[in-house]
Amino acid sequence: MGLELPKYPEMEEDQVFNFTDSEIVSHVKQALASVLSGDNNSYNQLVGVMHHSKHLAPDEVALLETTLKALAGAVSSIDITHHDSLLSAIFCMSMWNYGPHVADALAELIVSLAISNGKYLDLCLGMLVSNFTPPPYFLDKLKMPHGLERKGQVLSRVHAAFKKIADYVPLAPLRLLTIVLQGMPTIYHKDRAIVIYVENMLKLESGEIGELVGSTILMAVVDRLIELDVEIGWDAILQDDFSKGIFEMELEDVDDIEESAEPDVGEFRLSRKSLAGNSIAELLDNLLVLTFEHLESCEREGRLAKVFETLLQSFRVTVLSAYKSKFAQFVMFYACALDPENCGMRFATMLADLFVQDSQPQPTRMSAVSYLASYLSRAKFLAASSISSMLKRLVDWCLEYCEAHDGDINPNAHRVFYSGCQAIMYVLCFRMKVFVDVPRLKSELLIPLEQVLKHKLNPLKVCLPSVVEEFLRQAKAASLFTVCKTFIFDGLLESELSRAFGGLERLDTFFPFDPCLLKKCDSFIRPMFVFWSMVKPTYDDAFDDDDDDDGSSDDDLVQDFVNENEDIMNDEFGKSFDEQGVDMDEFDYALKKMSITPKATSNYKFGGRFQEPARMPSRIRPSTSPESL
Amino acid sequence: MEGLSVADANLLMYLHPSKSRNVSQSILRELGSLLFKFNETFDGVLLAYDVNILDKQAKILSGVHPYFGLRLKANLLLFSPKPDMLLEGKVVKLSQESIHVIVLGFSSAIITAENIHGEFKYRTKDKEELFASKSHKRLVIKVGTMIRFLVKSFDEEILHIIGSLISTHAGSIRWLDRHLEEDSEFDRSSMKSRDREWLGDNHIKMSKKRRITE
Repeated sequence: MGLELPKYPEMEEDQVFNFTDSEIVSHVKQALASVLSGDNNSYNQLVGVMHHSKHLAPDEVALLETTLKALAGAVSSIDITHHDSLLSAIFCMSMWNYGPHVADALAELIVSLAISNGKYLDLCLGMLVSNFTPPPYFLDKLKMPHGLERKGQVLSRVHAAFKKIADYVPLAPLRLLTIVLQGMPTIYHKDRAIVIYVENMLKLESGEIGELVGSTILMAVVDRLIELDVEIGWDAILQDDFSKGIFEMELEDVDDIEESAEPDVGEFRLSRKSLAGNSIAELLDNLLVLTFEHLESCEREGRLAKVFETLLQSFRVTVLSAYKSKFAQFVMFYACALDPENCGMRFATMLADLFVQDSQPQPTRMSAVSYLASYLSRAKFLAASSISSMLKRLVDWCLEYCEAHDGDINPNAHRVFYSGCQAIMYVLCFRMKVFVDVPRLKSELLIPLEQVLKHKLNPLKVCLPSVVEEFLRQAKAASLFTVCKTFIFDGLLESELSRAFGGLERLDTFFPFDPCLLKKCDSFIRPMFVFWSMVKPTYDDAFDDDDDDDGSSDDDLVQDFVNENEDIMNDEFGKSFDEQGVDMDEFDYALKKMSITPKATSNYKFGGRFQEPARMPSRIRPSTSPESL
Repeated sequence: MEGLSVADANLLMYLHPSKSRNVSQSILRELGSLLFKFNETFDGVLLAYDVNILDKQAKILSGVHPYFGLRLKANLLLFSPKPDMLLEGKVVKLSQESIHVIVLGFSSAIITAENIHGEFKYRTKDKEELFASKSHKRLVIKVGTMIRFLVKSFDEEILHIIGSLISTHAGSIRWLDRHLEEDSEFDRSSMKSRDREWLGDNHIKMSKKRRITE
């Protein structure tokens, strides 16, 4: 019963002897050798010491440490078959259970084992990788200071051990890579071990063997992000008709939304609340934050450009081809934000290159241009010149396409073309003010664009009506060009034709960099993100400036009315219907009462659901007001 | 150093049809994936290659996936240590129990205490660990020394060598080169001819089919 201490030779009671290291080592060697001759006593004692791990008294700790150190010296005597119980005991040990000295000794033993014989290398690396995650009972303690301290202590030793092994066995990183990738916890692990595991993977990437294993590890992390992303169904975050809210008021006030207690009766929009209880979303959120922080540290170390190449490749292979990725692409967004001139442009260029390459499959090209459009619109950190050069590329391509194809309107046959046109219009909805102010851009960009839009292929009719409307409205206000035909959209946000060119994947309504619904991520992204409410559309300008009001017209009256009521409207129909607890029917009624074209405020321009099937907005009707001339 | 050889190989490589866009890149990638791994067909670890396409025409296999076969001629640098060969490497770690060596920068070797006995004794001098020769005072092995050792066994999966210093030809290379010359020319010339013979044997002409599966 209890643990028998191994009896060292010459040991007597009440006498303390100092044994040299070599004496202890030779004793251990003897114990190991004796197994071969059948005498298992001292060997079993050794194994016993290894197994004793919980609630250790100080002298037991000292014994464990001494034994581990002695074993490290005796590795050449360890035989894989005869001493398998000892080996399995060693490989099951978790550094999380012990203090720093024992952890040191254990790490030393593992390193010695690994380099002594090829047979142990994989097992040792596997043991170290299993120490990435703490034992189940420890997971809760991770947030506490004691837990954090232990975590730092264990992980630093683990990663130092990797480096030591790599120094003596040059091919070890290759094998480590395989073991790390195989050992990745699945997303269904209840204990959420994946978060700390990914933290370790990223630490490997930035560590000393990072050059050898880094890029594969990053790609594996992005793969896992996409896996999680795909698990979150679109129905978990959307209701009914997503496409109806493209230019809708975006969720800028998180707190307000969180406070509202229950979901509204009836529909409630694309909101964070529905994601709140979703544990997969939380996991993805945590992992994305880890990745962002890692990118920040890469940027500080000056490595971001290199890391970005890997990310770019990973994006190309994994994210771009995933069906409508929801949040994983924000990794690219953040990386670009950290280095707008290089990485930011590199990303845009890659997407544009993909779009113009005939050899790429259609969905890839359409996806790429959707990403590009959303990116150019939402990235606060992009210079106007960069945006304009990208737009010019798109416009030039569209113009070439028009000239090469002399057909009539045909959504199916010219899908790539229509998605290109829609992309251009979408970006201009956000950025038109920029181009209006620079006359050179106006001529370079907008004249060819006009040609494209007026071509027989008729993109204005095929592209998503909400985008086209907003675009035309702004174009008109900025006096860019006149539209000879009138477009009756009836407040629809999609049409048969747009559905046709969007195809089964509905790439016509894919705006990948729409506001991120994951809370923690969003706090990172927010400072560099353009919300629709931050955009000053050109038509707003026209009313702020009194000089332009040359006379009253229907339009002006309407706008005046809106201006007066804007505050009311903003207050009432504020940020989100969730907070207001507004009942849909009530709102409809209120609208009818107002009897103005509901799209008067910029904020609600595209909030189709909240509007009556509207009449065509007055501003798009051929008008005699001076602005249209 | 023994164990290294250059071989001429006639290879037949089958590529998946998706690789047909950029064939030369795919060939290089395929061969690249074999680097630093032990290959049974070549009977050695592939260290470097130089490849030429023999025939612009490739035969397409019939079947579910129409792989196409390319005939290549390659020059391969192979490393295949066998027992009782002499290898050279740099010492990276020394302890009483063992000497750890790295050969050619990628293969790790260990020489355990029982294979060092006799000739060398472990000593700590000025906090530096080293092995000093009993018979020759100036012969010393420490971290950073290039040594020549005898191969006892070779683990093909991890490319890990177990070596021994018990041999007249084993020891610190610089010292050996200096002193062996003085000792006997006969020994050296016999070693040289052995090397030459071995190299000759390994000038392999292989004509084997290898199917590369994706």
